[in-house]
Amino acid sequence: MDRPTVQLFVTCLVNGFFPAVGVATVEVLERAGVDVVFPEDQTCCGQPAFNAGFHDQARAMFRQTVAVLDATDGPIVLPSGSCAAMIVHHGPALMADDADMSARAQAVAARTHELSSFLVDEMGLEDVGGGCAGRVAYHPSCHGLRNLGLDHQPQRLLDAAGVDRVEVEGATECCGFGGLFSVEMPDVSAAMLATKLDNLEVSGADIVVGGDVSCLMHIGGGLRRRGSPIAIKHVAEVLAEGRP
Amino acid sequence: MIEQPVRFLDRARAKLGTEGVATVGVAARRLAGMREAAFAEFPDGEAMRDRARAIRLRTLRQLDEHLAAFADAVAARGGHVHWATDGNEANAIVAAIASNHDVATAVKSKSMVTEEIELNEALEHHGVHVVETDLGEFIVQLAGDRPSHIIAPVLHKTRYEIGELFAAELGVDYTADPTELNAVARHHLRSVFLRADMGISGVNFAVAETGSVCLVTNEGNGRLATTAPRIHVAVMGMERIVPTVADLGVMLEVLGRSATGQRLSVYTNIVTGPRRPGDPDGPDEFHVVILDNGRSGVLAGSSAEILACIRCGACLNVCPVYREAGGHAYGDVYSGPVGAVLTPALRGMDDWHDLPYASSLCGACKDACPIRIDIPELLLDLRAKATSAGHDDRWLRRGLSAYAAAATHPAVFRAMLRAGGMAGALGREGWIAKLPGKGGSWTDSRDLPKPAREPFYQWWKRNRGT
Repeated sequence: MDRPTVQLFVTCLVNGFFPAVGVATVEVLERAGVDVVFPEDQTCCGQPAFNAGFHDQARAMFRQTVAVLDATDGPIVLPSGSCAAMIVHHGPALMADDADMSARAQAVAARTHELSSFLVDEMGLEDVGGGCAGRVAYHPSCHGLRNLGLDHQPQRLLDAAGVDRVEVEGATECCGFGGLFSVEMPDVSAAMLATKLDNLEVSGADIVVGGDVSCLMHIGGGLRRRGSPIAIKHVAEVLAEGRP
Repeated sequence: MIEQPVRFLDRARAKLGTEGVATVGVAARRLAGMREAAFAEFPDGEAMRDRARAIRLRTLRQLDEHLAAFADAVAARGGHVHWATDGNEANAIVAAIASNHDVATAVKSKSMVTEEIELNEALEHHGVHVVETDLGEFIVQLAGDRPSHIIAPVLHKTRYEIGELFAAELGVDYTADPTELNAVARHHLRSVFLRADMGISGVNFAVAETGSVCLVTNEGNGRLATTAPRIHVAVMGMERIVPTVADLGVMLEVLGRSATGQRLSVYTNIVTGPRRPGDPDGPDEFHVVILDNGRSGVLAGSSAEILACIRCGACLNVCPVYREAGGHAYGDVYSGPVGAVLTPALRGMDDWHDLPYASSLCGACKDACPIRIDIPELLLDLRAKATSAGHDDRWLRRGLSAYAAAATHPAVFRAMLRAGGMAGALGREGWIAKLPGKGGSWTDSRDLPKPAREPFYQWWKRNRGT
C-alpha cells in the first residue's frame, strides 16, 4: 500500500525560531508511516495581524497561505493548535467577500489538522514512540484546547510514550501570551505569566511540554528570566525522542 | 461622575500586584470553582445552557414585540411603564416620580443598570437621599468607591478594610468578623428600610407574558426594598426580557449556578404590579423604566450577541486578565470580558477602543458563559473596527504591514529568515535579555529566543530537498 502523504505547514515561528520542532514533526510523521512534503513558498498564516484587528494585512497573508496549500493534495499538518485554528476557523471567514478564495480557503480548512489531532483522531494512533526524562507538565494552549478541542490527544500520545506527567494547578489557564497582547498589554501579560510560572514551579515539573511554540516561547522566556531550571519542549520533540 | 477614560493598561498597571487585586484573584477563582461544581452535579446543565442561549437569541430577534407585550401586561396589572432613550431621561423620570410623591429617602436593591446611568448621583442632586441595601453596594456607597464585579461589587476589598470603613463611617467598634460586619450593616439598614418612601431595583428578567419583573438576590434586601416602601421603581435595560414564565425558569436554572454555584439564589422575587386590594403588603405604585442608552444601536450592529448576557459574572471569574487586573481597570461599570465588549459597544469606540484588546483571546469566557456568547469573536470584531477607525498603535500597523509585505513574497520571506539567522548567529546561541524600543515590552519581563541560525526551510532543503 502507498504511504499516505501530508503537507507540512510548519508555521513562521517554527521556521525562523524553533526549526528543531519542525524537524521533530517530520521525524514523528515519517515514523508513523507518513511521507512529508514541505511546500516551500509557505510563509505566515496571518494570525498575528488578524488577532490585532488588522484584517487587510491578515487577508494578504492568509491568501498567500491558501494559494500555497490549495495547490497541494492530502492532509495538511501543523505543529500548532493556534495556527491550525486560524486556517480552520478564522481564515475562511476573512475570505467571505471573495467567492473563489472563500471556496478555496474552505477546501484548505477541511484538510487541515493540528499534529496531535492528526495522529490520534485521523490516523487512530496513540503510541508513536518517544519519551522524555524527568517530570513533565503538559501545557494545553488555549486555542488548541478551546477552538480545536485538543483536550486529550496530546496527553494520550505523551502517556503512551511513557512520560511522567505531573498535574499543574490552573493548568488550563492562559499563560498570558495572546500574540501581540504580550507586547500591547505587557504588564498584564507578565502578571498572567507570573501566575502560570508559580504554578509550574510548585508542580515539581522538570519540563513544560506544549503543542504551540508561541506559548512555550513565552513560558520559556519567563522561566529563563527567573533563573528557573525548568526546560520547555514541544510535544513533537518529546515524541521524536529516543524509543522508536 | 465617571472619571475621564484613560487607557486600560494604565489603570491595570495601578492595580497589578496590589493587595486588593490579589483579593480579586482569590475570590474570582473561588467563584469559578463553585460554578464548576454546580454544573458538575447538574446532568442537564449543558442542555439547559443550549436552551437558555436559544431563548435569549430568539428574544433579541423580536425584542420590539416582546417589549410591547411586556409594557401592555404591566399596564394591565396597574403598573406604569416609562421609556428612556438614555441615562439622563431615565434619571429624570425617576426623579420626577420621587418629586411627585415627596420622596425623601429611597432604598436601592443592587442594580448594574442604575450604576450605568449614575442614578444615585442624579437623585441626590434632586434632594433624594439614596441608600444602597445590598451589602456589597452598601460598602461601595459608604466608601465612595465603585463596584468592581457584576455580582460581587466589593470583590476587591478585604474584610479588614471593610471593618475599618464601618468603624470610621458608622461609628461602630472595629471588627473583621464577617457575621458581625453583616449584623452592623443589617442594623444600620433596618431603620432606613422602615422610613424609605421609594424602593428602587434593577431587573434580572422581565417576563413579557405576565408583565412581571424577577429579582434575584441572596440577602433578601431586594424583597424588602420592593415591598416596604410606598413606591417601587424598577429600572431595566431593554434587553432583560424573557417571553414567558417557562423561559424564566430556564434562565434561573443557569443564572444561580453560573454566578455563585447555587442551584437557585436564596431570594427569587417575581413582582407583578402594585399591591392589589387584600394584599398584605406591596407598594401602592409600581413603575418600570425601560432603558435604551445605546442598546438599539448595539442590537442593530455586529456586537448584538452581547445583549444576550444575563449578568452572572461567570466570564469575569474565569478571565485571567480580570483576575490579575481587577474590575476597576476596565474603567466603567461592566468589567471583565463582557465589559470589554459591552462598554465600547454602548459608549462608542472613541474613548474605549483599547478595551477589546484587554484580552489574550484565551476563550475561557466563552466556555463559562451560560449563554455561550462568543466573546472572543466579538472582541476580534471590535478590534477590526478599532483599526478601521484609525485607533491603533502606529508601531503595530507599520510592523504588521512590513511583515505582510514579506510574507506575500516567499523569496523575500526566506531572505528575511536567513537574515534573522545570521543575526542570531552573532554572539552565543540562545536567548536575548534586553531589546531596545518596543521590543522592551517583551524583554522587560521575559527573555526572547534568538532567531535560529538555520531556518527550517534550509534544513528541509539540506535533508529532504530534491
